[in-house]
Amino acid sequence: MATIEAPPTTPPAQEAPKRSIEDQRRLAAGLLSPTVLVLALVIGYPIIAGIRQSLFSTSQEVDPSGFVIEGEQFVGLDNYTAVFSGEAGERFWNAFYNTTFFTVVCVAIEVVIGVAMALIMNKALRGKGLIRASILVPWAIPTVVSALLWRWIFDANGIANAIINQQILWSTDGWQAKAAVIIADTWKTAPFIGLLVLAGLQVIPNEVYEAAKIDGATAFQQFRAITLPLVRPALLVAVLFRILDNLRMFDLPYVLVGPGKPSVETISILAFLENNNTRFGPAAAYAVLLFLYVVLVAYAFVKLLGADVIGEAREKTPKPAKGQRGLRPIARGDTP
Amino acid sequence: MRHNRLAFVAVAASVGLIATACGGDDGGGEEAGGGGGETGAPALEGTGPITYVQGKDTSGFVQGVLDAWNAEHPDEEVTLIELPESADQQRAQMIQNAETESDAYSVISVDNVWTAEFAANRYIVELPEEEFPVDEMLPPVIDSARYLDKLYAVPTASDGGMLYYRTDLLEAAGIAEPPGTWQEMIDQCEQINATPEGQGVPCYAGQFEKYEGLTVNASEAINSAGGVVTDDEGKPNVNTPEAAEGLNFLVNGFTEGYIPAEAITYKEEEGRRAFMEGRLIFHRQWPYQYALANATDGSSPVAGKFDVAPLPGLDGPGASSLGGHAAAISTYAPNKASALEFIKFLTSKEQNQANFELASQTPIYTSIYDDPALIEKYPFLPILKESILNAVPRPKVVRYGDATLAIQEAAYGALTGEMTTEEALEQLQTKLEELTQ
Repeated sequence: MATIEAPPTTPPAQEAPKRSIEDQRRLAAGLLSPTVLVLALVIGYPIIAGIRQSLFSTSQEVDPSGFVIEGEQFVGLDNYTAVFSGEAGERFWNAFYNTTFFTVVCVAIEVVIGVAMALIMNKALRGKGLIRASILVPWAIPTVVSALLWRWIFDANGIANAIINQQILWSTDGWQAKAAVIIADTWKTAPFIGLLVLAGLQVIPNEVYEAAKIDGATAFQQFRAITLPLVRPALLVAVLFRILDNLRMFDLPYVLVGPGKPSVETISILAFLENNNTRFGPAAAYAVLLFLYVVLVAYAFVKLLGADVIGEAREKTPKPAKGQRGLRPIARGDTP
Repeated sequence: MRHNRLAFVAVAASVGLIATACGGDDGGGEEAGGGGGETGAPALEGTGPITYVQGKDTSGFVQGVLDAWNAEHPDEEVTLIELPESADQQRAQMIQNAETESDAYSVISVDNVWTAEFAANRYIVELPEEEFPVDEMLPPVIDSARYLDKLYAVPTASDGGMLYYRTDLLEAAGIAEPPGTWQEMIDQCEQINATPEGQGVPCYAGQFEKYEGLTVNASEAINSAGGVVTDDEGKPNVNTPEAAEGLNFLVNGFTEGYIPAEAITYKEEEGRRAFMEGRLIFHRQWPYQYALANATDGSSPVAGKFDVAPLPGLDGPGASSLGGHAAAISTYAPNKASALEFIKFLTSKEQNQANFELASQTPIYTSIYDDPALIEKYPFLPILKESILNAVPRPKVVRYGDATLAIQEAAYGALTGEMTTEEALEQLQTKLEELTQ
């Protein structure tokens, strides 16, 4: 009879795995540190510098010999109180309202149009690649260029007025300026949402729809009960990106309509105008306030609606056993 | 394990904070406080390569000028640095260069409304007035380059507003002379609209969109009625009956209809298109439109059918706004002596005449306007000279950026009917007083 050899003895349980975890962690830290350093420099430094700048102010006064007094003084939170008081305060709250209004309305319209586009693109059509590429063209055009294009369209003697047979002065203050900005923004970014949602749609297996059809579900019921829930993660990520982008909207109102028009002025425009007049302290204050607003909205979005920006991968990796942190070696019996 | 991560975060944070602390300060405190500026022009020293900074060269002739200098001065070579076309962006870049104390810009082409601001902020240095032939230059032009009676820049080109008018439409209505006052212009329009050729053609337009051009047009209207925005000492005095009459000329234009409604969106180019397509009888515009509207290559339907006249005012000729650019030396330029010599070359009479003939740049030397040979070639020269001699510079305010926004707010509000002329001027007076304290 053949001898059955004893299985090789397993090494002592505690020593080797622990050391290799330490090494792995150090290696990971070492490999990541250049990236973290670069990010700290490119993202962290401007934020901290901006906050620091917002606590200082340069003098605008002219001394008796006719020259501007130099040097900056530490003014603490004075720049912020100046933002909220008096005429500047009214202007700020108007800009705040405009920013929020544009974000909510534009994103809502974009989602509707984008999802519709995605549903259409998902049907097996010939020339799918070409259609997808051409739908992305508006997104590929830089926003400033598209703002110039739309400014020509919305010119008093432009195509828009010719088509609807009215003489609307689009770039004057009022609801028409808002409408112009919303149209231009939706045209540019609905394809972006469409493309992200299309990616989400393509992951849904066909069998689910077939099963639903067998069960007698109408197209609308299929959409509501199958498509929407399954496409939700992709849609939420797309919506989050669009919200963050629209909160910072600057080029469309500035180039399409022009500065100084209260109906489309956003917080970014206020920061830019202050900057142009070399009032860097107040400009930084506006920028920091916008930053806080964006952070708040993003946080609320992720927490409340569960937009999984990092990805569901986290749920799939096996949870570390009690008492250990981070990686552990795959042991026999782990689920893949 | 835990301290690895903590150590990590600590290192990253301290890198960020150290970088911030290092980068943060302005060099502001280095000069001895603010008081007691230099008395007399400081010595301009240093020879070597320099740079010339201006907005985009749309006519393409500047490099030729620089090459001429470079041929004669191989050790002091000048390089051209072009900035964006928009005046606001040029100003922003020049300010940025000065705030970072960069030596990249030597000679900068300053719009004449920025002279006061740049001089007060010490972005440009005082120039020795005795070394330039200032007596041969048109007085309003050289005056706009001074701050507190000291010369800070030397004009390279001027600009003044003129009234373009359709000679064929005036002829068809039997009108011999272009209008000299606003009322004459309105009456002439009525006559022209009664003729078959002139029926339905809008009467008058300028630049009324909410941007710098509106400041120009509003100031012109106020000055042409005998009012002022700021007086000679720079103190605002705009809440006067004369100023109200001036602004009302524009406001009534929209309400009574002699200015078309869409003119509220006009900048220079929109107005030029309207005039060249025959949609305007009278148009207030800069000299650059002359060559373009007279083009015989078929791009201009009004070629040969228009002429220019001085701007009309309330009781007589009006006052145009003074545009133009001047060359100044940046405070942080290393080779200021070379820069000074270069400015002398750039603003010489021969160069000025060449600029005019090659690129239609409005000359600054009086004798160029009086040259009979040139007048024959360019018949609008005498009108342009009159326009500039009577021109009023825009408000000389150190905080010009804010001042122009205040003027635009008031004028646009009045033109769109959001506020009455009186309210607009009152608001403007208050704002300007705040800015010029």
